[in-house]
Amino acid sequence: MASMSRQRGGLDAWAIGAIIVACSYFALWGAANATDSAFAIQMWTALGAFLLGGALLTGVLGRGPAADPSSRYENGVIKAGVVASMFWGIAGFLVGVIIAAQLAFPNVLYFEEWGWTNFGRLRPLHTSAVIFAFGGNVLIATSFYVVQRTCRARLAGGLWPWFVFWGYQLFIVMAGTGYLLGITQGREYAEPPWYTDLWLTLVWVAYLLVFLGTIWKRQEKHIYVANWFYLAFIVTIAMLHIVNNMAAPVSLSGWFSYSLFSGVQDALTQWWYGHNAVGFFLTAGFLGIMYYFIPKQADRPVYSYRLSIIHFWALIFLYIWAGPHHLHYTALPQWAQTLGATFSIMLWMPSWGGMINGLMTLSGAWDKLRTDPVLRMLVVSVAFYGMSTFEGPVMSIRAVNSLSHYTDWTIGHVHSGALGWVGFVSFGALYCLVPWLWKKKALFSNGLVEWHFWLSTIGIVLYITSMWVAGIMQGLMWRAYNEFGFLEYSFVETVEAMNPYYIIRALGGTLFLLGALIMAYNLWRTATGKEPAHVRTADVPAQAVAAE
Amino acid sequence: MTYEQATQFAQTWGLVLLAVCFGLAVIYALWPGNKKKFDQAARSPLEEGDDNDRA
Repeated sequence: MASMSRQRGGLDAWAIGAIIVACSYFALWGAANATDSAFAIQMWTALGAFLLGGALLTGVLGRGPAADPSSRYENGVIKAGVVASMFWGIAGFLVGVIIAAQLAFPNVLYFEEWGWTNFGRLRPLHTSAVIFAFGGNVLIATSFYVVQRTCRARLAGGLWPWFVFWGYQLFIVMAGTGYLLGITQGREYAEPPWYTDLWLTLVWVAYLLVFLGTIWKRQEKHIYVANWFYLAFIVTIAMLHIVNNMAAPVSLSGWFSYSLFSGVQDALTQWWYGHNAVGFFLTAGFLGIMYYFIPKQADRPVYSYRLSIIHFWALIFLYIWAGPHHLHYTALPQWAQTLGATFSIMLWMPSWGGMINGLMTLSGAWDKLRTDPVLRMLVVSVAFYGMSTFEGPVMSIRAVNSLSHYTDWTIGHVHSGALGWVGFVSFGALYCLVPWLWKKKALFSNGLVEWHFWLSTIGIVLYITSMWVAGIMQGLMWRAYNEFGFLEYSFVETVEAMNPYYIIRALGGTLFLLGALIMAYNLWRTATGKEPAHVRTADVPAQAVAAE
Repeated sequence: MTYEQATQFAQTWGLVLLAVCFGLAVIYALWPGNKKKFDQAARSPLEEGDDNDRA
């Protein structure tokens, strides 16, 4: 953190300082006037965080003018992002394993006295931790890395990138501790209450301006395609977040609020948000990673740059309409349901075009899949992208949805995308970033990457196959009638039947968590190690190999 | 503007507008004159200098 900014004490520091002071006053006022104890705890947490933030800012300014940075690029905030990604990843996977175990062994892992351990509170903790804390930190860190290199420009905004980083961590802490306290808006992937939403809006606007500012001062004429994907992710998430969270708080000193929408409009707004969180957070953002890290690690140009542009625009034009497929057989007008399903099916084209573009970037370098486990991880992630974007449109068809909806098939589908695509592409990017940022020749151990790769792959396969079988079984049991026209099974019988699959799912998740722990150890040893244990063949320039 | 007017516009001019915008993006991607620029851009991640290079 020694090279936070070239000029200290500028407008950026004053503006951030003003935000911290204003928010501290609000937190103190909120804590003093809180209408409920959960809100008071949230406000004290926020106040503590703002005081720490103020101390950090003062400390940075007190150190005088920044030392000449060793790099033409800002790397400190990206290093912090790598550490945060790994930390939140493990936290999120761990909570996932816990709630999977709660479903598999409900009698053992139910604690009546501790409401905060209830599945209903831990489940949003898991989804937000893996999507927003892990995925979000990976996206912020990689976008800051990629935009600087491909624009040949230093990150814009002085201290603002650090405001984005710490502000985002505060959002995560406020959201996560809120869930444990029982605070939720009850909106899927958008559970945080109104004040946490407002804070994220502020952080996100700062993120957008830092990113745009860096593109603005670029030294390259053309804006590289990965930056388009990142920009689409940032802009669209801002729009989705603001519209979906429009709400009126009951009181400024309490957490509860009412949505400005009601009925089916509210449902459609939520799934317009929900599906585009998948489309623009979990897809467009991570495609930015794919279009930079796969060419870089394979040392091959993008297979077809033209295809990447068509991939981008087709995705942008189609994804935004797909949300209504979450509301088949509801009060939503049928034409809207059909529209959602139609656009979901059309999404096959750009998704598979993008997958082909990612995979074919390896032409001329296929042999590296054997020697470079990091590249293999990136490529397998693209294969999972193809699989889950095939399964998704199938499930959006009304007839298929009548079987799959509300069952664990949906959970399996989400995880083939989340663990396979988002997880693996993130792991691949982090494995690339640590040696690059900490200036090491190679990772500490490629063998450990192999272990991570195979443990996670087996874990994902166990997870998605068990949930697929469980979901289809569940759907068939729900719709089974006996000869008298009565339902064949009671609900609890379907729950009982799924128990073996729940145990397999928990096992798969445990393997995935184990892989991530191995990864954290490997990255830690890479960053702190003096000499690499093994030199990767992929990292040795071709001439050097030839000379031997 | 009533609900009917909004859907009428969306189903006609809105559709045409978005389809034309997408068509323009495709034409931009396939325009022969842009090929050289895109071939260069495809190599962009591979051709960045060392982090320590001064701009």
